[in-house]
Amino acid sequence: MDNPAHGRIVADMTRDPDVLIVGGGLIGPTLALALAQGGIRSAVLDALPLPLRRDPGFDGRAYALALASQRLLAALGVWNGLRDAAQPILEVVASDGRAGEGPAPFFLHLDQAEIEEGPLGYMIEDRFLRPALLEAMAAAGVEHRAGAEVVAQEAGPAGIAVTLASGERLSARLLVGADGRASGVANRAGIGRTGWDYGQTALVCAVAHEAPHRGIAHQFFMPAGPLAILPLPGNRSSIVWSERRETAAALAALGEAEFLETLRPRFGDFLGAIRLAGDRYSYPLGLSLANALVAPRVALVGDAAHGIHPIAGQGLNLGLRDVGALAEVLTLARRRGEDIGAPDVLARYQSWRRFDTAALAIATDAFNRLFSNDNALLRGIRDLGMGLINALPGARRALIREAAGLTGEVPRLLRGRPV
Amino acid sequence: MTAATSTVDPAEIAKFEAMAAEWWDPEGKFRPLHMLNPCRLDYITGQIAAEFGRDLSGERPFAGLRILDIGCGGGLLCEPMARLGGSVVGADAAERNIAVARIHAAQSGLEIDYRHTTAEALAAAGETFDVVLNMEVVEHVADPAGYLAACRDLLKPGGLMICSTINRNPKSFALAIVGAEYVMRWLPKGTHDWRRFITPDELYGLLRGAGLDQVDRKGFVFNPVTWRWRISDRDLSVNYVTTSLRPRG
Repeated sequence: MDNPAHGRIVADMTRDPDVLIVGGGLIGPTLALALAQGGIRSAVLDALPLPLRRDPGFDGRAYALALASQRLLAALGVWNGLRDAAQPILEVVASDGRAGEGPAPFFLHLDQAEIEEGPLGYMIEDRFLRPALLEAMAAAGVEHRAGAEVVAQEAGPAGIAVTLASGERLSARLLVGADGRASGVANRAGIGRTGWDYGQTALVCAVAHEAPHRGIAHQFFMPAGPLAILPLPGNRSSIVWSERRETAAALAALGEAEFLETLRPRFGDFLGAIRLAGDRYSYPLGLSLANALVAPRVALVGDAAHGIHPIAGQGLNLGLRDVGALAEVLTLARRRGEDIGAPDVLARYQSWRRFDTAALAIATDAFNRLFSNDNALLRGIRDLGMGLINALPGARRALIREAAGLTGEVPRLLRGRPV
Repeated sequence: MTAATSTVDPAEIAKFEAMAAEWWDPEGKFRPLHMLNPCRLDYITGQIAAEFGRDLSGERPFAGLRILDIGCGGGLLCEPMARLGGSVVGADAAERNIAVARIHAAQSGLEIDYRHTTAEALAAAGETFDVVLNMEVVEHVADPAGYLAACRDLLKPGGLMICSTINRNPKSFALAIVGAEYVMRWLPKGTHDWRRFITPDELYGLLRGAGLDQVDRKGFVFNPVTWRWRISDRDLSVNYVTTSLRPRG
């Protein structure tokens, strides 16, 4: 055309990434990889500096990946390097328990043998997952900016401009908030949040034990909150112990010996003697849902969209479903020649994810309320309910598939297929 | 033409900017087009990629293709075609649509040659294209045979024309006129004249008469539960689309 200004704009568009992702945790880099597979250029803006040298030792942090999440990582080419480090979850045993009494006889048992897809999920340690994602991102040519803190954002008719604390300005078609519960991207976009504090804190640590766990994950429902024992490679397990906030603070302050002394009666002796195998972490638990998943030129994924109760271990998995859905919506839009940050494109992502998100938030909230108390009537109801599910193979299989992330309108990546 | 917009009174430009925002608001006046657009684009991009051997997952897959959109409106099809690398001409008989489309393309950083003209005038000027998009136009023209002959002249030998329209039967009357115009108020009353709707057989006859070969035909079907359009192999009962080719030599 005869307007020279247009040529300049077009040249800028080819240099800028299509998508800016704020947040360098697990969700942001995974989204960058999924977008790269769909031919969409992105850059990850990480407010934290890159660690000088990653400590190769185990620090006690681990994640439960649902089968669908593992498939997504496989479809993105990340799983091959992780397979040997992952522990398959072969069975899940959920039971009711009271402090000091140890766990009650089990009444809900989910076994991988009941579904054809394989293990229910995998346990993977943070020290393996995080570097694998960063390396895959580097291999895919995704720009990763450490220490890049976003201080302002401004949506325009055709794109969004972002200002960093350094004063540098970047622009893209779309800005994605993968920046957690206190999402600055959501806040600056005027997206409010709904939620409440559970008054509980999750104590997370890993233990080494004498006896093998045989790939069984245990969930004990205690009056103060659930205790999960999740199998790690070797004779080690990851512990997620939810307690009332004051109790948790006191427990966190205990020395190692006293801490283990308090844990033992809750843990039971089925794995033999236990000792700590890493650091201890505390996470205050709360529900924090963004009131919208999108705003002009903005989309939210992961905890920025929905910080839920970790009772069912679904937080990371829910975030990876966001990744699969958003990458699929944007990739299809790009192939059609649509503007990937246009409101109708973003509306497709929101309508796809909104129901799933709300349903899981309500379910985990209700689950926590039902199980985190000592009311005799509620104990009776939940024993009856779980006993019923356990007695009905169809219901049990449905629950297994739900936990494995195999239900609903599943994004292609979570079925292990490229977008 | 670009120079012309710069001499327009600023109040006029403000008016066109407001109209551009309206054209491109997915919840606004042109909502039915926005809802249909992904489905139309899936069909159009698939047909072009298949005919010209392009890979839609690549960068600018339509590079080197000259594409004309007749009745381009605010540019809902032109912009995607340009983003995919096509060299795009958008033609519309309504001058204000052209002003609106130009403003939006500039905002989007896209180069699109928008012209206030008609298919017949372009054909008379000897312009030719690899692809002619003829979407929801033929039911509005007075002489479909003459119009399609002009469209054929706009195609290079081996060029592709994608033409969509609305079938004529009691169901299309109920959905496209009563439903879309009177019940849902998606379209202004009087947008469509049911007598001008064309059955697939009539359209094939017209296309054959214009010397074009049939390549493909599909239906666009609206699902009132999911509120989404989909492409159907069989159901051509209301909205449908055809692809035809100008034979080489």
